[in-house]
Amino acid sequence: MRTIEVHDLQKTFSSRQGWFGARKVERALDGVSFHVDEGETYALLGPNGSGKSTLIRILATLLLPDGGRVRVLGRPLPGGEAEVRRRIGRVSVDAAFYKKLSARENLLYAAQFYGIEPTAAGKKALGILERLGLEPRRFHDPLEEMSRGMQQKIAIARALLHDPPLLLLDESTTGLDPASKREVQRFLEELRAERGTTILLTTHDMDEAERLAARIGFLARGRLVAEGEADELKQEAGAADLEEAFIRRTGEGFAPAAAGEAV
Amino acid sequence: MIPAFLRPLWAFVFRDFHLTRRYFSWVVVFTFYALVSSATIALIGVAAGDERLTLTLVLGVLLWSFLSAMFQEISNSISYERWEGALEYTFMAPVHRLTHLLGVSLFAVAYSVVRTIVIMVGLLFFVHLSFAGANLWGVLVASVAFMGLGLVAAILPVLSPENGAQATNIVQGVLLLVSGIYYPVEVLPAWVQPLSAFSPATYALAAARKLMGLDRPLSEAGTLAGAPLGAVTHELLVLALMGAVLVPLGLWIFGLVELWAKRTGKLKRTG
Ligand SMILES: Nc1ncnc2c1ncn2[C@@H]1O[C@H](COP(=O)(O)OP(=O)(O)OP(=O)(O)O)[C@@H](O)[C@H]1O
Ligand SMILES: [Mg+2]
Repeated sequence: MRTIEVHDLQKTFSSRQGWFGARKVERALDGVSFHVDEGETYALLGPNGSGKSTLIRILATLLLPDGGRVRVLGRPLPGGEAEVRRRIGRVSVDAAFYKKLSARENLLYAAQFYGIEPTAAGKKALGILERLGLEPRRFHDPLEEMSRGMQQKIAIARALLHDPPLLLLDESTTGLDPASKREVQRFLEELRAERGTTILLTTHDMDEAERLAARIGFLARGRLVAEGEADELKQEAGAADLEEAFIRRTGEGFAPAAAGEAV
Repeated sequence: MIPAFLRPLWAFVFRDFHLTRRYFSWVVVFTFYALVSSATIALIGVAAGDERLTLTLVLGVLLWSFLSAMFQEISNSISYERWEGALEYTFMAPVHRLTHLLGVSLFAVAYSVVRTIVIMVGLLFFVHLSFAGANLWGVLVASVAFMGLGLVAAILPVLSPENGAQATNIVQGVLLLVSGIYYPVEVLPAWVQPLSAFSPATYALAAARKLMGLDRPLSEAGTLAGAPLGAVTHELLVLALMGAVLVPLGLWIFGLVELWAKRTGKLKRTG
């Protein structure tokens, strides 16, 4: 079964400077098609502004697509929001928390959306956080007193509280120290092995993509320019490592196309 | 023990309770300010040596403190979330928008009641109040209609992060002006008066004044002669109707704005 199915996805943002300014149009996704199988881990790589977060937001029901077909966990989007929301977990780059509330309060608040009983939620959250290397005594500290990496760990715990079959991770290891990063990666591998969790992740870390993902997609200027296993991608691009393949595939046509379209 | 289907609703009460706890110094500051301004208004009646005026002012102060606190809590709830950067997370949560807004409203009502009681008790240190003879029961009926207004106003910050929050303050100011909180609406200039018909607070006040007997002279014994609930059926009907229209209308518009925000990418933190 395909957990994520995306066909010819389009998303444009338009904005106006002031009330009477000219309309500025930004094509964030331009005909993206791909799929992620159940239990598979798929990594999206792409330069800044290539549309990774936009794609994740659409899958997370936070943005409406302009065109194309999207199915998540067998439900169409738009249309299946209620079901999809119950069964996904998302970690975004910016940890979205109530900064004055403690980690515990933030997590219990989230758990109640899924009908999880507070005592059970607290125990589970502590378990995950300990696993990710957060000291239990920090559990009662307000989020504003925590470092970015600690907040990121709490965001990961929040996304996992309700055992979602699909995880959407938008640069979830950015800002973590090497040991924590490795801990998160090990944890994700375990989830996949034990629960068959499907994972779609974006990252700027080539090693992470190569280590975790069965398949990798290169996104550039809203288009999926290459897709496949790490070795395939390297071979196709005639590159020694993934970073070089990435630069060749996402860099190619970058400058010339930009110059061409500006006319 | 909370039944499972109520837990998502409770999540919002839980969150707002803890947020209020953490921002408690602000709560104290705002309540202090509200109490002091309430007292200064009530003392106008004392200075005039007019007990009925004093009670009318006190009623206005308390009702407004209740309604404005509730309106503010609800209409600012989205701004708070945007400010904290948690708006996307709330909109991604598997809760019906009705549950979300009900949860926020539930806390807002509880918070406003407590705050109003604190202000009422505080006022006793400044003015002598005697509610003997008043019918205090019907006084809180306006809350549902005001909740609807709060929901309508809560949309504004979704539309525009900054201008929206500014607009809710304007709306609140207009409500204060046209509802005749401290004076009969008849004293408003003719061009403003028609607006008062659209404010639930106008009817809430009219009803409350009748129930407390403030619309007529004091009895010979100097006590109030409150009217029975039956005397305010008109006001109650209008309020019920307003609530029945405004709450679903607020939810409906909220849904439309949510769709618009999801199409244009306005849920993002920076808007
Ligand atoms: N809510 C929004 N409103 C307007 N434009 C947006 C919005 N979200 C994204 N964009 C635009 O869409 C394009 C893609 O942005 P997106 O955030 O998806 O990139 P990204 O690949 O996640 O980049 P990064 O690696 O920096 O996180 C950018 O040009 C961005 O300016
Ligand atoms: Mg991004």
